[in-house]
Amino acid sequence: MSYIRKPKFQHPELDENEIGLTRRDYEGTLTTLCGGCGHDSISAAIIQAAAEMSLEPHKVAKISGIGCSSKIPSYFLSKAHGFNSVHGRMPSVATGANIANKDLFYVGISGDGDSASIGLGQFCHIVRRRINMLYIVANNGTYGLTKGQLSATADLGSKTKSGEESLYDNIDMATLAIELGASFVARSFSGDKQQLIPLLQAGLTHKGFAFIDVISPCVTFNNTDFSTHGYKNTWENYIALSEVDFVPMRKEITTAYDAGKDKEITLHDGSVIHLHKTGTDYDPYDKENALHHINEHKKQGKIATGLLYINQSTSDLHELQDTVDKPFNSLGNHDLCPGNEVLKDINETFR
Amino acid sequence: MPKVNDFVVKFANVNGSGSASANNMFAKAVFRMGIPVSPHNIFPSNIQGLPTWYEVRISEDSYLGRREGVDLMVAMNEQTIKEDIDAVVPGGFVLFDSSKSLSRDLIRDDVSYLPIPLKDICLKEFDKPAQRQLFKNIVYVGALAAFLNIDFKVLTELVSDQFRGKEKLILPNIHALELGHQYASENFDCPLPLQLKSSDKNNNKILMDGNTAVGLGCVYGGATIASWYPLTPSTSVVDSFGKYCKRLRIDPGSGKNKFSIIQAEDELAAIGIAIGAGWNGARAFTASSGPGVSLMQEFLGLAYFSEVPVVLFNIQRVGPSTGMPTRTQQGDLLCCAYASHGDTKQILLFPSTPKECFEFAANSFDIADRLQTPVIVMSDLELGMNEQICDQLVWDDSKAYDRGKVLSEEQLEEMEKFGRYQDVDGDGIPYRTYPGTHPHKGSYFTRGSSHDANAAYTEDGNVYAEVMDRIALKFETALQYLPEPEISDMSRNRLGIIYFGTTASAIQEVLDSLSKKGIALDTLRLKAFPFHTSVKEFINCHDLVYIIEQNRDAQLKSLLKIECNTNEDQMHSILSYNGVLITAQHIEREILDSMPALEDTGNIPA
Repeated sequence: MSYIRKPKFQHPELDENEIGLTRRDYEGTLTTLCGGCGHDSISAAIIQAAAEMSLEPHKVAKISGIGCSSKIPSYFLSKAHGFNSVHGRMPSVATGANIANKDLFYVGISGDGDSASIGLGQFCHIVRRRINMLYIVANNGTYGLTKGQLSATADLGSKTKSGEESLYDNIDMATLAIELGASFVARSFSGDKQQLIPLLQAGLTHKGFAFIDVISPCVTFNNTDFSTHGYKNTWENYIALSEVDFVPMRKEITTAYDAGKDKEITLHDGSVIHLHKTGTDYDPYDKENALHHINEHKKQGKIATGLLYINQSTSDLHELQDTVDKPFNSLGNHDLCPGNEVLKDINETFR
Repeated sequence: MPKVNDFVVKFANVNGSGSASANNMFAKAVFRMGIPVSPHNIFPSNIQGLPTWYEVRISEDSYLGRREGVDLMVAMNEQTIKEDIDAVVPGGFVLFDSSKSLSRDLIRDDVSYLPIPLKDICLKEFDKPAQRQLFKNIVYVGALAAFLNIDFKVLTELVSDQFRGKEKLILPNIHALELGHQYASENFDCPLPLQLKSSDKNNNKILMDGNTAVGLGCVYGGATIASWYPLTPSTSVVDSFGKYCKRLRIDPGSGKNKFSIIQAEDELAAIGIAIGAGWNGARAFTASSGPGVSLMQEFLGLAYFSEVPVVLFNIQRVGPSTGMPTRTQQGDLLCCAYASHGDTKQILLFPSTPKECFEFAANSFDIADRLQTPVIVMSDLELGMNEQICDQLVWDDSKAYDRGKVLSEEQLEEMEKFGRYQDVDGDGIPYRTYPGTHPHKGSYFTRGSSHDANAAYTEDGNVYAEVMDRIALKFETALQYLPEPEISDMSRNRLGIIYFGTTASAIQEVLDSLSKKGIALDTLRLKAFPFHTSVKEFINCHDLVYIIEQNRDAQLKSLLKIECNTNEDQMHSILSYNGVLITAQHIEREILDSMPALEDTGNIPA
């Protein structure tokens, strides 16, 4: 970890985005994670993704649980409110926050211990409730903060630095999310910014529950040759089902795409996701097909990445519950209190 | 001499047999006759087949607590009929279904029997099997009308009110009432020497249960979010909130909802959702009971330390563990007062009537927002699930919600520097901001880990201690926002009583009865924790104070010792923890039993 203060120096010629902000306006405090930690690459990818999208930093709420992963929200978007809650319970806090104000972007950051073990129940239920948010699991197959125990996403036979072998089948968060009804499910790798950034942008823009399982190696405790979550194994067995481009709503499409091989997904606000050079007939709208692909790759020791599944026709919680357009946290006495005249009538029903 | 407006009628039924609404009709009829009445459900944790009782105390003197002894038993349950008949006071009455003869060992010569062939009457008069079963209950209510002199018109109006919208049901119900009334009138000397006489004691009163009042209070208090997990006896809080929201919280223009109810996967999620909403500036609550409150401990610590407003209604039931899920207790005091690990303290409110359930529920959101901390409203099964007479509800329309120290975009704009946990006003309450308020001012990181006055992570022990001390100061400031105790007199007498919550229902009866024996006591009813200074003063002003509570371990006494630094010798516990509401007779006996000991020590009552 670094112990120096983050310098305030700013390059005078940093590019400004559409709302006049530079990359620095999207940064957070200096990381305290280990040098080379995959999680820092995720922070960097979020910073770049948000800056490119011209997201207003203060319109984002960052919520996490406990663990190395859950420190990530400190390291990006310091102008956004953050909530580092309790272990495994980020989903419930994010749910409440989202219900209170539907007008913010919600970014939930969790880890494999946080979401696949102690918080697995809450993970399942936030997916079911279709909270409109981006949920990222920084997945390293190990418990970093407590020094390297196996997590529930560690693959059968995978070994920790101390040589402990996983005797149990792993939980695949992406297939679980698809099965539970998440409407946007992707998998990526902290080392592949080119893929991760457009996926983050698409996930932020997607209306509904967007989930990205990001393999994010723990350099200190789980980066051995026997680990399926280390850099070596991930680079060697990483299969992109498609390359992903994200074109925000207002931007002109400049890349040339091959109509035969490319897929174009238009999101609710007019932004476009391009999947290209897939080399397969991968159909991200097909749930069964997505699960099949992920499992088939897994059998061969491969990690299928990219946009795995998308469904744009589902409603989010606010639509399901038909809540008013105004955020709940802006409603006052006049909106909420029925007053004494009504109470007089209510009294009559108890006589 | 007949007993007029002063007796106990108890219904012994099998649960799931449809007796609840008939028994409720009986109690409500007494209420509508202007006579003080208090019904108490004593029911099993079961849906069908186990014994359930409904005990109705009728008291012209407005003694609304339970009273020992039953004057009239409606013995409808063969499983319990022996003990039910045994519970009747000498000279009392037993109404039973004489379609089957009563076995000889059930015959007592000091009680009178009121045999009514309920089953036979219903077989003859009704065709459908369900009606034959259900109307047995209505027939005995009709019979009671004759036995006790209930105004029959009151009953028929009740039926019409109850089945408004289902008019087809009105006539058969009235017919069943008439059948019972007719049979009793023709076969017995009516009325019995237990009689009801119309009175005027219930003007401006309502008959309501506490959980319904809590749900309504949440609507009035501006709650928009309820997240919960079903748990007896708290479930009806959220049922009530939902019912009133559907009536009162639909936006007239769009038809959309100004509320959200989330049935969570467990109580951890339930309170987590409420905390997330509170953090983001919406008023949110959860309702639970012992087992659920245990699960919420970690989150309560987070909300305490990161200073997030949230309201929890704890409708207490008998613990520990699963305990007796459908019986009442005041057993969660200690686990709520200091809920969660580390140095914590929580705001507790103690309502004792449905009216207070409504008021405290509504005010709890102001208190939570003002103090930026959890507020736990400590009701119990007795108050939550039983109808009780109280003054009608009133709302002051001039009162605006107190959202506490929340900075707007304009205020932030004018500020030089915002520090989330800085004690700007010296009262221990910092300023907060909602996410999304200002483009570059006011953001902060909320965390349950140690933090400094600017919300930054720190492992500096001194900085941590400063924050903890400031939160302790906040809890001193809290007192001015909490309801003060109700004190009869600070030092008129040498003996005092401290009580709270549902124990209140017995107190006037205790005082009146002891006064006839020449014993007078000052009283203090607690409404909140932490305690106001007047609580310590009250204890110190008296030779001895009886601490009355419904748990085994004298939890309130422990709290008083810890918080008020009072002397063990100055306090004498009166405890009840058998799962049913404490009675005036029990309290009075305990006080009288302690008298000789008092005399020995020189503490003779004034």
